[in-house]
Amino acid sequence: MSLTSTMTDSGQIVTVNVERIDAAMAIQFKEDMRSETESGASRVILDLSEVMFIDSSGLGAIVAAMKQLGSSRKLDLAGLSPMVDKVFRLTRMDTVFDLYASLNDATAVNNT
Amino acid sequence: MVNSFAYSFQATELDARGGVGTVVERLRSMGLPAARADDVQIALSEAVNNVVEHAYADTTPGDVDIGCNLDTEQLWISIRDAGLPLPNETLATRKPADLSGPREDLPEGGFGWFLIRELTSAVTYERDNGTNRLSLCFDVGNTCA
Repeated sequence: MSLTSTMTDSGQIVTVNVERIDAAMAIQFKEDMRSETESGASRVILDLSEVMFIDSSGLGAIVAAMKQLGSSRKLDLAGLSPMVDKVFRLTRMDTVFDLYASLNDATAVNNT
Repeated sequence: MVNSFAYSFQATELDARGGVGTVVERLRSMGLPAARADDVQIALSEAVNNVVEHAYADTTPGDVDIGCNLDTEQLWISIRDAGLPLPNETLATRKPADLSGPREDLPEGGFGWFLIRELTSAVTYERDNGTNRLSLCFDVGNTCA
């Protein structure tokens, strides 16, 4: 699982460099997110622009990643492709996460 | 005109990923609208994941047999395997996950069947002679939302 981070004034951007977050990689994703967000940035923006598909396991792993941050830190999602966006909206997870159409939209809002 | 095809693959994570992709691509080439194809990809992936993770959980992975039947109104997809049956040999009814509680109580699982039901107009399950048969119906005609 490939995650890369960039620290900005708007928060820590974690870019997901794979096309799928699914049952085969959900556990690895959760572990990788734990290490990647150890820095403690109060706002983490998960850049999902390259992710074309997530299944229910991938969704669960993203929820787990948010829970791992703890209640004082925020996990926002950016760049959701149509299928990924659909999964979030169908499960009403768009009421739990702030979804941004693009990374630019997410960083324009300074939520730190 | 009805278009049908069958496709099988082994119930491993990697083969399932490729198998579902192949089925969806074939449906697209048969004229299934793009938005519907996305719905099929999501629902079929969940159903096949269940076979990989649960039906063949205790044994060497067997085959997953997919059958597709597409006409102007509906797409029926059957998913057949020779693994363990569903609990009580029936489909569970599952309510949408409760997201109203505090963050630490948010569910991390159980979305699969919910997604399948949301994206299909019908779901049936039969257990017969040691095989499971799950059937998913998707509306593709103009008569449905």
